[in-house]
Amino acid sequence: MTHPTDTPLYPFKESPSQTAGPYVHIGLTPNFCGISGVYDADLGTAMVDDRTKGERITLQGRVIDGAGNPLTDALVEIWQADADGRYPDGREPGFSGWGRAPADAKTGMFRFDTIKPGRVSYPDGRMQAPHINIWIVARGINLGLNSRIYFEDEAEANAADPVLLRMDLQERAGSLIAKGGGGSYSHDIHLQGPQETVFFDI
Amino acid sequence: MKNSQPSVANYFTRDRAWHPQAYAPGYKSSVLRAPTRALIAFGNSLSETSGPAFGHDIIGPLDNDMILNFAQPGESAIGERIMVQGRVLDERGQPVPGVLLEFWQANAGGRYRHKKDGYLAPLDPNFGGCGRTISGGDGTYAFRTVRPGPYPWPNGPNDWRPAHIHISVFGHGFAQRLITQMYFQGDPLIPICPIVRTINDPKAIEQLTARLDMNASAPMDALAYRFDIILRGSRSTLFENRLEGN
Repeated sequence: MTHPTDTPLYPFKESPSQTAGPYVHIGLTPNFCGISGVYDADLGTAMVDDRTKGERITLQGRVIDGAGNPLTDALVEIWQADADGRYPDGREPGFSGWGRAPADAKTGMFRFDTIKPGRVSYPDGRMQAPHINIWIVARGINLGLNSRIYFEDEAEANAADPVLLRMDLQERAGSLIAKGGGGSYSHDIHLQGPQETVFFDI
Repeated sequence: MKNSQPSVANYFTRDRAWHPQAYAPGYKSSVLRAPTRALIAFGNSLSETSGPAFGHDIIGPLDNDMILNFAQPGESAIGERIMVQGRVLDERGQPVPGVLLEFWQANAGGRYRHKKDGYLAPLDPNFGGCGRTISGGDGTYAFRTVRPGPYPWPNGPNDWRPAHIHISVFGHGFAQRLITQMYFQGDPLIPICPIVRTINDPKAIEQLTARLDMNASAPMDALAYRFDIILRGSRSTLFENRLEGN
C-alpha cells in the first residue's frame, strides 16, 4: 500500500532558474547586440505611443554590484499599470505596460520612456502608491530579482502604501523610491552593501 | 480611482531551496551580484498576478527556426540538426497557453554571435542564435536549431559549459517570469559545471536536462529532444473575491 506522502500533492516542481548569462542580449534584444534581420525590432523598447493616456516620464538607472561597479551586461524588465491604475490585458492599443531594456555596454545605464502609473488596489482593499515592478537578470544572478520602483514626488501615497509600510523594510524603504520629478526619474539598484535595494519574494 | 479588475489567485510560493542560491561562490560572478539581505515576502496583488500578453502577430514564420532564420537563401546553419519540443505547464500540471518563449544559444562550435565573445571557434555565417515562439492552446511549443557546442569560460582555470540553450519564458503573471537553461541528456560536462551546480538538488538538475525523443524525430532530417517547462502554479481562491485560476 502506498503511503499518502509517497504521492506528491502536485505533480510538478517549477523549472529551476539559471543565470541569463553575459549573452542574454542575443535572445532578448538581438538588434541591440547587432543581430539584425531576424526580428523587426527588439521587444519592449516602445511602451507608449501617441494614443497613450497619462504623464510621460523617463526612468533611468543602473544596477550596481557589491564593489560599486555598474553592471554593463544586465537586462531589466518592468511591468506597470496605466494612468488609471489598470494593468493592460494586451487588447487595448497604445500601452503595453511592459518594457525591456539592456544596460548600456559602457555606462550600465538603462532607460525607459513610459508613463506614470496610476494607483492599484492591494488585496485587502487599500490603495497602493504608484509603482513600477522591476525584474533584473544578468550574468552572476542565478534567479531573477524582483523589486519595485516608487516615486519621490508621491510622498502622500507612499506614506500609505501597504508594501512600503511593512515593518521589516522600514529602514530600507528609501531604496525603493526613485529620485526626481517633472517627468524625469533616476533609480539605481544596489545588489549588495549598505545601500542594498529591497528585493521581494513574491 | 478604484481599480475595477478582480483580484486573482496567489501563486504557489517559490521553493528557493530548489532554485539555485543567489550566493554560489563556485560560480564566481555570483559573489558580488548576490543580495545579502533577506528577501521581503508579501502576498500577491495584481502587480504580481498580471503580466504582459504577446500576440501571435509578433511572430514571424522563421522565428522558431534557428537553422534558417539567419541563413542566406538556400543555405542553413552547420551542425547537428535538432528539434526541441515540449509543453509549458504549471505546478498543477495545467497547460499554460499563449505565452512567449525566447531562446538563445552558441553555434555548433560553441561560439556566440556577441561582441563580448572572443572564443577562437569561428562564427557560422548562417547562424544567428536567437529564436522565439508562443505556446499553443495546449501549452505545447517547438523550435528547430542546431545542437550548440560546449565552450570554455573564465571561471575556474579550465571550466567548460555543457551544451545548453538559454530559455526565457513568460507566464500569465509577472511573478511567473523565468529564465533557465536546457541541457542535453548524457552530457558529461553537466555534473562538473559550476553554473549547473548552483542548483543543489540532483532532481532539479535532471529537470533541466532534455531527453532524446526518437519518436518525435524526423527521419533523415533532424533528431528531437523533449523539454517541458514548469511555471509556478496558482492557488485556488475559493474563499477570496472570486473564482479564478482553476
